Amino acid sequence: MRSPAHSGDFPVTRHSIVLAMRSDDPAQRSRATEMISAAYWKPIYKYVRLKWNLSREDAQDFTQEFLLRLIEKDFLESFDPAKARLRTFMRTCSDRLYLNQIRDAHRQKRNGGTAIPLDFDEAEQEFAKRKTPASPEAYFEKECVRHLLSLAVERLRSKCDSLGKAVHFKIFHDYDLEHDADIVPSYATLAAKYQLPATDVTNYLAWARREFRACVLQQLREMSATDEEFRREAKAILGIDPK
Amino acid sequence: MNWLGDGTVDRLRANMQVPDLSGTRYRAIHFLASGGMAEVWLAEDTVLQRNVALKVLDANDSAELASRLLREAHILAALEHPGIVPVHDAGTLADGRVFYCMKYVEGLRLDDFLTRVSALPDRLRLLLRIAEPVAFAHSRGIIHRDLKPENVMVGPFGEVLVMDWGLGKVLKDSRAESFGARETESQQDAAHDGANKLTTSHGSVLGTPGYMAPEQLRGDVGHMDERTDVYGLGAILSFMMNDGLRTGTRVPRAARPIRAICAKAMHVDPSQRYSSVESLTTDITRYLSDAPVSAYPETPIERLARLLNRHRTAVILIAVYLMMRLLFILLSRR
Repeated sequence: MRSPAHSGDFPVTRHSIVLAMRSDDPAQRSRATEMISAAYWKPIYKYVRLKWNLSREDAQDFTQEFLLRLIEKDFLESFDPAKARLRTFMRTCSDRLYLNQIRDAHRQKRNGGTAIPLDFDEAEQEFAKRKTPASPEAYFEKECVRHLLSLAVERLRSKCDSLGKAVHFKIFHDYDLEHDADIVPSYATLAAKYQLPATDVTNYLAWARREFRACVLQQLREMSATDEEFRREAKAILGIDPK
Repeated sequence: MNWLGDGTVDRLRANMQVPDLSGTRYRAIHFLASGGMAEVWLAEDTVLQRNVALKVLDANDSAELASRLLREAHILAALEHPGIVPVHDAGTLADGRVFYCMKYVEGLRLDDFLTRVSALPDRLRLLLRIAEPVAFAHSRGIIHRDLKPENVMVGPFGEVLVMDWGLGKVLKDSRAESFGARETESQQDAAHDGANKLTTSHGSVLGTPGYMAPEQLRGDVGHMDERTDVYGLGAILSFMMNDGLRTGTRVPRAARPIRAICAKAMHVDPSQRYSSVESLTTDITRYLSDAPVSAYPETPIERLARLLNRHRTAVILIAVYLMMRLLFILLSRR
């Protein structure tokens, strides 16, 4: 699956990704599906592992099935942004799909069918690191936020690479991503590590944080069904009002 | 893809909220408060190595809000008074948001501070100190328009500061223009909607219900003047008299004169209010010294009672003297 960081050709405006998925243009519909899948597959996988206690293999099959149905069955046709947030709708859809499968009692693996390349090993390793969540639903919410930020980090990495600002990303990585909470590297340490004046470390970090903020908001906008939901989510998840 | 631990997720989310201070001399320390259009951050001035408060606009794409925040900074810059927080700097952050930097005031908001002050006379003295910077601003042709307990800070040494001049207004032909707050009344109101209403472009009235004068509630900009702030001070006085309901502390029922002062300050008709902050404070000062107040015409009995109360010691001494004299006369007749 193409990384969201590379999907810069998607017309990112103040639009609804749901509208894009309902578009008559197959190319636009395909890109929208790709993006929405990238945004939600991991939280869905981890959620069903926890909620329905599915085995690793069953959860992988389920996630594949869910995404394929998302593409083929026009799941989002029934989505009404006025009634629910997109991620709540996705979670509810996954619950409904699972219960339908149980009811029909003929869940089948889609052996030989089209498989979406997803890194389930990585998802499984992350799932193993979970702490006891309050509920599967709360876990899903938390994982959505984590995945949102992870995708934004990838987006930032890609942007830094394309702009020749790899050091900016490394400083952001070392200062904001990598360290333990108690041992924050000093600007002087980073300056020595990357052979920069300390003032440049300040400026590089500020630039990277500003760009990261933009990446998060762009990612969130793509994961939201409407402008209103985007603003509501930004306020709820990030505590900011992206007016 | 990098795995982001819970600590990292929390840190990234917190960083999202920190204003981008790159290119400035400030370093964000922590969030202090948020209001209708802006948030206030404690920051370090890295050049002077002191803590300051940064008021940063929420939005970066609203010319109306940016103009209002800058107007507030201009007003603060025009008002140099110990009871008004001084502004040090103003500008635009890298993310496009307007900000200004002011002195960091440590202390309590008036509504919290009043839990420590239960005696009404002490509260009235506090009100007199709140009125000082307001009167000073009026002398410079500026009215506040959002006076309420939440916008008054009491510092650790008892200093009283009137905060949040975001709704401040420079009156016509005022001397404030020569102090830097150069925006005229018409320019200020054009920033709202040009229909002579104190509203946002979204149509909502600016101010705080319960503390807004009726003319402000109506959005009637043309009739707002110093008496609008007199109403706000009256509302604070009312809060001081009735605060026991909120805090659970016992506030004795205020005497009629002080209730009359409050009623006059909060009169619906501006022409029936005190014409200035000074006339309001004069009445409060007279009340505190047991003198008659203009807001309350006394009956002869009340006047006598007040005089007796005012000259309590002399009255007691005279009474004792008369009783002793009477006793002496009675005893000497036997």
